[in-house]
Amino acid sequence: MSLIKEVDYGTKLASSDVKVTLTIDGERVAVPKGTSVMAAAMSMGTAIPKLCATDMLDAFGSCRLCLVEIEGRRGTPASCTTPAEEGMVVHTQNARLAKLRKSVMELYISDHPLDCLTCPANGDCELEDMAGVVGLRHVRYGQKGANHLHGAKDESNPYFTFDESKCIVCSRCVRACEEVQGTFALTIQSRGFESKVSSGGVDFLASECVSCGACVQACPTASLTEKSIIEMGQPEHSKVTTCAYCGVGCSFKAEMQGERVVRMVPYKDGKANEGHSCVKGRFAYGYATSKDRITKPMIRAAITDPWREVSWDDAFTYAASEFKRIQAKYGRESVGAITSSRCTNEEVFVMQKLVRAGFGNNNVDTCARVCHSPTGYGLKMTFGTSAGTQDFKSVEKSDVILLIGANPTDAHPVFASRMKKRLRQGAKLIVMDPRRIDLVKTPHVRAAYHLPVLPGSNVAMINALAHVIVTEGLVDEAFVRERCDFADFENWARFIASPDNSPEAVEAITGVKPDDVRAAARLFATGGDGAIYYGLGVTEHSQGSTMVMGMANLAMATGNLGREGVGINPLRGQNNVQGACDMGSFPHEFSGYRHVSDEATREMFEAFWGVKLDHEPGMRIPNMLDEAVAGGFKGIYVQGEDIAQSDPDTKHVVSGLEAMECVIVQDLFLNETAKYAHVFFPGASFLEKDGTFTNAERRINRVRKVMAPMAGLADWEVTLGFARALGVPMAYEHPSQIMDEIAKLTPTFRTVSYAKLDELGSVQWPCNEAAPTGTPIMHVDHFVRGKGRFMLTQFVPTQERAGPLFPLLLTTGRILTQYNVGAQTRRTQNNVWHEQDMLEIHPFDAENRGICEGDLVALTSRIGEVSLRATITDRMQPGVVYTTFHHPTSGANVVTTDNSDWATNCPEYKVTAVQVRRTNYFSSWQDHDRETGVSLRRIAREAVDAAE
Amino acid sequence: MSSASSQDEKLVRMANQIAQYFTSQPHDQAVAGVVEHLRSFWTPKMRRQIIDHAAGDGAGLEPLTLEAVQQLAVSSSG
Repeated sequence: MSLIKEVDYGTKLASSDVKVTLTIDGERVAVPKGTSVMAAAMSMGTAIPKLCATDMLDAFGSCRLCLVEIEGRRGTPASCTTPAEEGMVVHTQNARLAKLRKSVMELYISDHPLDCLTCPANGDCELEDMAGVVGLRHVRYGQKGANHLHGAKDESNPYFTFDESKCIVCSRCVRACEEVQGTFALTIQSRGFESKVSSGGVDFLASECVSCGACVQACPTASLTEKSIIEMGQPEHSKVTTCAYCGVGCSFKAEMQGERVVRMVPYKDGKANEGHSCVKGRFAYGYATSKDRITKPMIRAAITDPWREVSWDDAFTYAASEFKRIQAKYGRESVGAITSSRCTNEEVFVMQKLVRAGFGNNNVDTCARVCHSPTGYGLKMTFGTSAGTQDFKSVEKSDVILLIGANPTDAHPVFASRMKKRLRQGAKLIVMDPRRIDLVKTPHVRAAYHLPVLPGSNVAMINALAHVIVTEGLVDEAFVRERCDFADFENWARFIASPDNSPEAVEAITGVKPDDVRAAARLFATGGDGAIYYGLGVTEHSQGSTMVMGMANLAMATGNLGREGVGINPLRGQNNVQGACDMGSFPHEFSGYRHVSDEATREMFEAFWGVKLDHEPGMRIPNMLDEAVAGGFKGIYVQGEDIAQSDPDTKHVVSGLEAMECVIVQDLFLNETAKYAHVFFPGASFLEKDGTFTNAERRINRVRKVMAPMAGLADWEVTLGFARALGVPMAYEHPSQIMDEIAKLTPTFRTVSYAKLDELGSVQWPCNEAAPTGTPIMHVDHFVRGKGRFMLTQFVPTQERAGPLFPLLLTTGRILTQYNVGAQTRRTQNNVWHEQDMLEIHPFDAENRGICEGDLVALTSRIGEVSLRATITDRMQPGVVYTTFHHPTSGANVVTTDNSDWATNCPEYKVTAVQVRRTNYFSSWQDHDRETGVSLRRIAREAVDAAE
Repeated sequence: MSSASSQDEKLVRMANQIAQYFTSQPHDQAVAGVVEHLRSFWTPKMRRQIIDHAAGDGAGLEPLTLEAVQQLAVSSSG
């Protein structure tokens, strides 16, 4: 193994189909028209010296190091800003150029510290490299004159430092912040000799910087350096793997010293992120080696007992004996499992196999139940398959973007950067969200329309948009006639054209001005290629599935499907939530979304697994909990999920868990659910195992092991161990063999293999005989189901209503620096930015209640109460409050209800009627939780002593 | 309130929600849609419970839901 060094072409390679041929240093080379001379030279292996150029950025032409001679042209043009032209003859090296370059380097080095041996960038410094390349042996000017050698050092950011003394003011960091990230937090302050990089007059931590790391990656010196590099030194080998945070699924190089991660560097060849990253994936990996990791299997007879550390074999034997006992006593249906969207496809596949083939039932579910299950239902009903239609790159071709119930700059930041880039190029944005999310107005981006819908009114709004399109004759009838079931369309058009669905009629429901709705609808229908991107603000409603179908209707009616720049794009929450669904985690479906009642499919699985399978749907997570409370469900195996924190109506979840006789939790940490567990299987982080994740664009990416599992076993091996103890043999020696089985049994994965993934980097399913290298865009010539199906989407108000006692509507969501239940990010320095969940409240609502910034407030719903601090912001609309659920102590889900989507039971997290008042106390639930947080996590002293 | 009746209440609420989606469709399609949904996504035990509830007083079940559950009962026994 060695350190992966990606080629830096200096400028981007152009994508034109037209080629130009030029001669560089006597060699002819053909490149796409628009390619720079610098990139053309690099494409034949000639690295022209450079400092201000890097191929993540547009050419800048400031360092004067990349000068070349071009026959027939005067002077020495910069190769980074000079396009290659047909017949051009270029010389990159001669005595004149060498002299010029050496002079340039002399000037740089005359104002740069000469502490290379002790510099953190030693071994990875482009300035040092260039000094070597030009043969700099002497600096005539000395360092006694005015200089920047004692420039200030900004160490405020927890993950990187800015050392002014080492800055050469090449602007790469500033340009990276603008062009790659799109935040515009950095600038060059002053002019001439006084020029310096500035984070806006405050230190980095206090600035607008979002710590994506693009500036650090772009810096050619030690000016911007990861603190881990300063502490540990340079890495010696690396492997390409996939981030385990959100559903963007960024590719990273895990740069290592032995089994220690030195840093995570975004991989340019990663198709999901193309070399970009966010603060979580780039820096917040320290949880993997947190002291809180549990690395020994543990068991206990009762949750009030302290945990007892045991061997893996003992843990498997105990767990298996309990599950056998429970099934013998309470019946086959009395146990089940929850697969993890944080685990690999292979791990999910063996989990659901364990349930179906081992437990003998279909009681398997996954966290998509509480996030994107309506996406699966809605898109399957309308298009025939349960996944988004596009690749991320598609957004680069969009003319109009309709963003609904998603906050990409916080929850999917790397994709948000792509989107912002397209918006800066002129694409129009329509935001439909109760909150004024950042994308409504952010540097160089301003939404054309913000439709601030009241929580719970999405369907009324999507119907109103469609109403305008239908009644104003904006339907793409040619597309509809060719691609969709026309009778269904006519039926839908009659329904949607009803005056009840007009923007004017629904204003009282949505709270949005009809003129804005009409204008937004016209823009979407007539503004060119229109794409819909959406998040949990769509799905987590009692009409989540209806809303997904409503969006699909809108895309079909406007002909926005089947090519680049358009489509329906769910922004998935967790790294492998798409994969977990694909792998058969739902209780009614085998892998590839085939119903368990389908005889041909079931017979294929039965033949392969050698066991009879149940043909009836199993229990969903809420069914399991209800049944547990009722006394019929007694054992659950929860892999990498924390339902006691993430699922709604915490008290009910806890009651369900407490009613069970054997709860098995497999996780990195003793999470909230583990307080109610009897068996703890220590999990492995994404750094400790091989496998694949499938991201929101259906891209199957490799996860590669860079260190041994801290507990000795990868998660798939744990499931196999438990299966063996239950008498269910699963003979895999490597996850690649599991993928081979997935491919054999799943038509959309038919030709996926580790060999193919190693060769191509990644593929998007369907990947089969018909599409051997995968399918970036779906439904190109026809829908998976044949004709697209318009579905009726009548608005039905949620049963959760605001009223005199609970006059406000609570909606919940995420923040950039924390992730989901926070189990990972809370164990990193990301807490610097978000150490507690806050309640966002509009100034009007705050004033009415005498609430000041930072006050402790009681948040009360019909089912529970918690206390948390308030922050007053006009990004909220009056009548709506918002909080996150990253910290278990805030207990946001103590107040959320068991209302759920009619089709999938996805909880209605986005609408809870609440009241807010000032308080001096934490709620009784929080007091109780604090107590049990200690008492239910005790580990027997002798075990701790032995471990120490 | 016993957990059994609380479970029944929940199932009634869920079934009514499902039926409410289908109300905008022609009656026969709506009934068939509800039946198909219950058959595809509810466990056999949940289906039995709602069928038993409908066979009893059927309290809380909307007319469309009741008709669909009765049809489900017929097709399940057949």
